[in-house]
Amino acid sequence: MTELLVGTKKGLFVLEGEPGAAFAVKARAFAGEPVEYAMRDPRSGRLLASVTSPFYGPKIWHADDPAGDWQQAEGVALPEGGDAALERIWVIVAGADDGTLYAGGDPGVLFASRDGGATWELNRALWEHPTRPSWQPGGGGLCLHSIVPWPGEPGRLALGISAVGVWLTDDGGETWRHGNGGLAARYLPEEAPANTFDLCVHCMHRSPRRPERLFLQFHGGVYRSDDAGESWTAIGDELPSDFGFPLTLDPADPDSAYVIPLASDQDRVTPGGRVRVYETRDAGATWTPRGDGLPGEHAYLTVLRQAFDRAGEGEALELYFGATSGDVFGSGDAGATWFTAASRLPPVYSVRTA
Amino acid sequence: MAVVKLRGPLKQLAGGRSEHPLHGATIGELLRALERDQPALSGWILDERGTIRRHINVFVNGEYGRQDTPVEPDDRIDVLPAISGG
Repeated sequence: MTELLVGTKKGLFVLEGEPGAAFAVKARAFAGEPVEYAMRDPRSGRLLASVTSPFYGPKIWHADDPAGDWQQAEGVALPEGGDAALERIWVIVAGADDGTLYAGGDPGVLFASRDGGATWELNRALWEHPTRPSWQPGGGGLCLHSIVPWPGEPGRLALGISAVGVWLTDDGGETWRHGNGGLAARYLPEEAPANTFDLCVHCMHRSPRRPERLFLQFHGGVYRSDDAGESWTAIGDELPSDFGFPLTLDPADPDSAYVIPLASDQDRVTPGGRVRVYETRDAGATWTPRGDGLPGEHAYLTVLRQAFDRAGEGEALELYFGATSGDVFGSGDAGATWFTAASRLPPVYSVRTA
Repeated sequence: MAVVKLRGPLKQLAGGRSEHPLHGATIGELLRALERDQPALSGWILDERGTIRRHINVFVNGEYGRQDTPVEPDDRIDVLPAISGG
């Protein structure tokens, strides 16, 4: 049985099912509220959800039972009396050591929790980084959306921030440096300095069996790093479009990645009305379209950056993604064939397996 | 003392109590006093800057007010989510 936590414009939906057939809605929480992201901590089983009320601002909530009582986490705020307010929490990720969780948000901020998500603390080094006055938001805000721990090395993290590029730490967040070598922004003038950090990263993941390898979906471009995010190589030339948002990979295969191309920056729907996931098994040298069972015509879907995830690995790899149309699609055979897991949900913001 | 009236989730966070008599010379002062009195409301009406959230409306005796609107001891202050949509 696979559990999907689907964050939508109108609440959290907890789906359960087996690959190949429609999933059932087992619980709904935060009815009517935008749930940007929800995850289940695999170590504790605790659920965490990011909810941004248009009236009352962004909060993180936690619960053991999605249909039970949710508790508001403490400390999810910027320093009082400043000139900025927290706009949104984009992502929550389990750290490499027990009990640690990270949350990323707008305006380009990182929070850490050492107690499983009940209390959070702002990462001051990133908040007070001397380059921050020059940071520019992307269209979705100044969003810290990708947090990539290094298995077995809690001090090492990579972050993706739109539009401030890749950030790396080796000391648990005491200091931060850029990891932007090789990223090329087509939306900047040719005269832009080579060391610019106006870089719109859309999504980033690490291959757990080869942690120095990362894959990145950029605002125009798909990239691979073989040196832990210090430098990047473009690998998207074979795709029908290298614009898109989400990305995932097969943990068993460091040469694997999956992306869902959208037509272009100006036309953020599946190209040609066909929904296709593209898979590489040779680190981006070639890409194979995977669409057996996905809508093949008249389907102009938008898949957001947090709306694609996986469960299992290798031949048992399951893939799931949701669209703002309210559809959720799944594959139980690593993308070879697909089925509709749910339809007619509210617009899907995030999909996470548990 | 002026009385701050809450509804919905704000009332629930304030211990289920709707009416909160408080001292303050302006709406901003009253709302900060309310947060001190009801810490669970922190971050729900005022953001980290101490500013009333964009989609929260505050009324003094039925008239729309702002952060610096003066408040008299007998005034009634309603805190309501803004109407959204069409």
